[in-house]
Amino acid sequence: MTCSALRTRRTRRIRRPLRATGAGAAALLALSACSSASSSDRGTASSGSGSSAKLSGTVTVFAAASLQESFETLGREFEKDHPGTKVVFNFGGSDTLAASITSGAPADVFAAASPGTMKIVTDQENTPGRPVTFVRNELEIATLPSNPHGISSLDDLTEPGLKVVLCDKSVPCGAAAQTALKASNLKLTPVSYEQDVKSALTKVELKEADAAVVYKTDVKSAGDKVEGVGFPESAEAVNDYPIAPLKNAPNPAAAKAFIELVRSAEGRQVLTGAGFLKP
Amino acid sequence: MKGRADTLKGAPRRGRGVPLPLLLPALAGLAFLLLPLLALLVRAPWRSLPEQLTSAEVWEALRLSLICATAATALSLVIGVPLAWLLARTDFPGRGLVRALVTLPLVLPPVVGGVALLLALGRNGVIGQWLDAWFGITLPFTTTGVILAETFVAMPFLVISVEGTLRAADPRYEEAATTLGASRFTAFRRVTLPLIAPGIAAGSVLAWARALGEFGATITFAGNFPGRTQTMPLAVYLALQNDPAAAIALSLVLLAVSIAVLAGLRDRWMTTS
Repeated sequence: MTCSALRTRRTRRIRRPLRATGAGAAALLALSACSSASSSDRGTASSGSGSSAKLSGTVTVFAAASLQESFETLGREFEKDHPGTKVVFNFGGSDTLAASITSGAPADVFAAASPGTMKIVTDQENTPGRPVTFVRNELEIATLPSNPHGISSLDDLTEPGLKVVLCDKSVPCGAAAQTALKASNLKLTPVSYEQDVKSALTKVELKEADAAVVYKTDVKSAGDKVEGVGFPESAEAVNDYPIAPLKNAPNPAAAKAFIELVRSAEGRQVLTGAGFLKP
Repeated sequence: MKGRADTLKGAPRRGRGVPLPLLLPALAGLAFLLLPLLALLVRAPWRSLPEQLTSAEVWEALRLSLICATAATALSLVIGVPLAWLLARTDFPGRGLVRALVTLPLVLPPVVGGVALLLALGRNGVIGQWLDAWFGITLPFTTTGVILAETFVAMPFLVISVEGTLRAADPRYEEAATTLGASRFTAFRRVTLPLIAPGIAAGSVLAWARALGEFGATITFAGNFPGRTQTMPLAVYLALQNDPAAAIALSLVLLAVSIAVLAGLRDRWMTTS
C-alpha cells in the first residue's frame, strides 16, 4: 500500500464522520510511517570507507557554542566537497548538548568544549570509538570596547562595583574560569552565572556587564564589540575540545567524513584562524 | 467494532452518552498532559529526595521564586487592572491596536521579551541609561529585574482576564452610580471593583502561575545568581545539566507548590468566574 493510495482513500470517506476519524487515524499512522521511511533513506552512503565514498543526506553535529563560527565555515566546506549532503548544527552549552544526547537526541557527531562533558556521553556508551582532542581553547577577559575600566589582570575583576559575568560552573568555560581563579587564589563574585559562553559574551556586547571571562575565540568572533585582555592564569585552565562520532548516528559515514574534515589541515587552518590552539 | 456497538447498546443508558469521537481525543488529551508529570513522579529519586530538598540552595531558589512571583502579580494588579478598565470601558482611536499590543507578550518567546527588556531597561538601554545616569539605578542582574521580567510576561494574562470580566459586567451599575453623583473613579472603586473581583482573582492566579514558571525572560534580563536572581526554573535548568536527580527533585517542589496554590484557590475563585 502506497502513501498516496491511503491519502485518496481518506478523502473519499471524509463524509462519513465516524469512519472518517478511524480512517484519518490510519492515514496519520501511514503518513508517519512514510515520513520515517523517507528519513531512514537519508544517510545512505555507498559501502567502502575513506573520503572518496559518495556521501549523501543530513549530518547532524552537536557542537559547543564556542565552535559556532568555525564549524559553520567547515559545514559550508563539507557541503561543497560532498554535494547532496547537508550539515545541520546544534550549538549550545556542552553540558546541555551532552544531556540531550544521553536522552536520545538524534545526532551524528558531538564536539564538546571539555573532556568532562564528553565523558557524560562516553560513560553512557554513546560513542563507538574514543573521542579525540582536535583543538584547545584558552580563556580571556572580554571588556567593553577600549577597556574603560583599565582591566589588565584577573585580579582587577575582583574590584568592587565592577559588573562581571562568568559562565555557570556546570559549563566548561565556567569550570575553567573557576580553575583559573583558584590557581590565583582569587575570590570573584560575579553578577551572574550565565548558561553558556555566548550569553556571557552577549552581556558585555550589550554593555550590561563590564567584563566577562570567556574564550579567546569568542573575543575574536565578537570583533570590535569587546576588547580582549589576556591573563597568565589562563594557562592553568586550557580546555581540550574532544570530538567523537555517536553510536546511534543516523548517518555514520558522513559523521566520519565530517570529523576527518575537522581534523584535516584545512580544518585546523579554519580553527586556528578563529583563535583556537592546536591540540 | 460491531461487538462493541452491541455492548454499548445493551448497556444501561445514562441521561446522555458521551460520543466516542469526542471521548477518545479528550482522553488522549488528558493523558498527554498528565503523562509527563507522572513520569516525573516515577523517575523521582525518592531515596535521596530528603537530602536534595534540605539543601539551602533549593530553599533559596524557592523563596526567591515565591517572592518574585507574588511581587510581579502585585505590580500587575496595580498597573494591569486600570489598563484593563481603559480597554473595556473607554473608547479611543486605535484601541483595537493597543489591545493587540497588550497581548503581544503572550505570543512572544520569553527570551525575546528578555532581550527587549535589556534594550529598554538595561544599563545601556533606551530608558535604562537615564535611570542609571540620574538615579544610579541599574535593573539587570537584580531581584527587581526578575520581578520586572516576570511582570512583563505575566501581566497580559491578568489584563485579558480582567478585561473579559469587565466586558461581561453590566456597565449600567456604574452609570447608575454616576447619575447618583459618584465620580467615575468612585464608581470604579465602589461598584466596578467588587463586581469584577472574581475575574481579578482568576487573572491574578493565572499571572502568578505564569510568573512562577518564568524562565526565558528572567535568565536573559536578570541573569542567574543564587539567592538574587536564580529562581526555581533557572535552578532546574542548570541542575539538569550536571545533576538530573537534583533537577527532578527541584521540579517536584515546583510542581507541588503549583498544585497546592492552584487547588487552594480553585474552589474559592476560579470556578465562579
